[in-house]
Amino acid sequence: MKPNFEQYKDIPGTTIFTIESAQKGFHLNQFCMSLRDAENRKRFLADGPAYLADWDMTDEQKQAVIDRDFQRMLDLGGNVYFLSKIFAAEGLSYVQAVSTMTDMNAEEYQQMMINGGRNIEGWRSKKERGEA
Amino acid sequence: MAKIVAGIATSHVPAVGHAVDMGKTQDEYWKPMFDGYEFSKQWAKDNPADVAIIVYNDHASYFGMDIMPTFAIGIADSYAICDEGYGPRPIPAVEGAPELATHVAASLITDDFDMTVLNLLEVDHGLTVPMSLMYGTPDKWPTKVIPLPVNVVMNPQPSGERCLALGKAIKRAVEQFDGDLKVEIWGTGGMSHQIQGARAGLINLPWDIQFMDDLINQPEVLQYKPHLEYMIEAGSEGVELIMWLIMRGALGDQVNEVYRFNHVPASNTSVGHLILTPKED
Repeated sequence: MKPNFEQYKDIPGTTIFTIESAQKGFHLNQFCMSLRDAENRKRFLADGPAYLADWDMTDEQKQAVIDRDFQRMLDLGGNVYFLSKIFAAEGLSYVQAVSTMTDMNAEEYQQMMINGGRNIEGWRSKKERGEA
Repeated sequence: MAKIVAGIATSHVPAVGHAVDMGKTQDEYWKPMFDGYEFSKQWAKDNPADVAIIVYNDHASYFGMDIMPTFAIGIADSYAICDEGYGPRPIPAVEGAPELATHVAASLITDDFDMTVLNLLEVDHGLTVPMSLMYGTPDKWPTKVIPLPVNVVMNPQPSGERCLALGKAIKRAVEQFDGDLKVEIWGTGGMSHQIQGARAGLINLPWDIQFMDDLINQPEVLQYKPHLEYMIEAGSEGVELIMWLIMRGALGDQVNEVYRFNHVPASNTSVGHLILTPKED
């Protein structure tokens, strides 16, 4: 069966991690995996750019990591479970890190979750939202 | 013969494991969710199983992107607890069930499911959080475990049809084992949640409840739900719910609903939980 990755592109505010992203983001995601090791976490937090120099990532990927720009990392082939190793190293929760990809701050985002989460109405399709 | 005696479905939110480990289960934020599992902890004590086959996904904890098996099965004596970036959870190691696991793995492969065989595996919150929810904080887990990791992280994930069929094959494999074992099948992950992008925080409780109803009553229809619908309606990470279909497939045509619980939110997630038992003919 012919794969159809295009079908996911109409979902607003969503980056689906495909086998193509996995290929593009391989070294970025493997760098993230290295942070499972406590010693590596210490080295990364002490000097991020020096730690990243050992990895065969693109300059854009490295800059996105240094900027902690998670949306940019997703766009460059990162997957959120891999990227979680970066914010876990810094002691941030998923709620804190995930909120940075939205238009809310961490407190507002947390409050939205406690109130029942983001309502799906209006969030099904870019076309419906006039974004495509 | 060995027999599948029950199916457990539950979300596997990492923050839930953290709450257990830090003794926060009675905090105002967490208490309503943990209260929903009190029935299940008692039920687990009253209905002990010898082995639990736990269908879950690894979250970039043990598997990197160097190797990404679609379906895998652990056949080891025991499984260590993975360091997911915060240090390993302070919980007992998970004891394996190598005799049943090798039988099931061999049976599935012979049945045309191309399982990746794992003699070495560290397990993450996807497997251990459900155990904490069902068993609390014992010094030793009360049941042996066969981990069955599924790729739900990288698209394409296996289809719903394939997941339901895998569950049916697991049932056949268990029933052909020469040994008198009570076996449970657990499907973990979900329900609606999205932890990335501008749409993060999506929750769709009506969809989740309909999914539970369909899983119980018409899995043969539910299996055809396309991944696109999971991703739109239940969030990019909601596609984990295909793992519940594997659990359901292993229970046979008709099931009894022993228990059901929903709670929003745990961290970014809509929590759903079911206990099902096969209906005898």
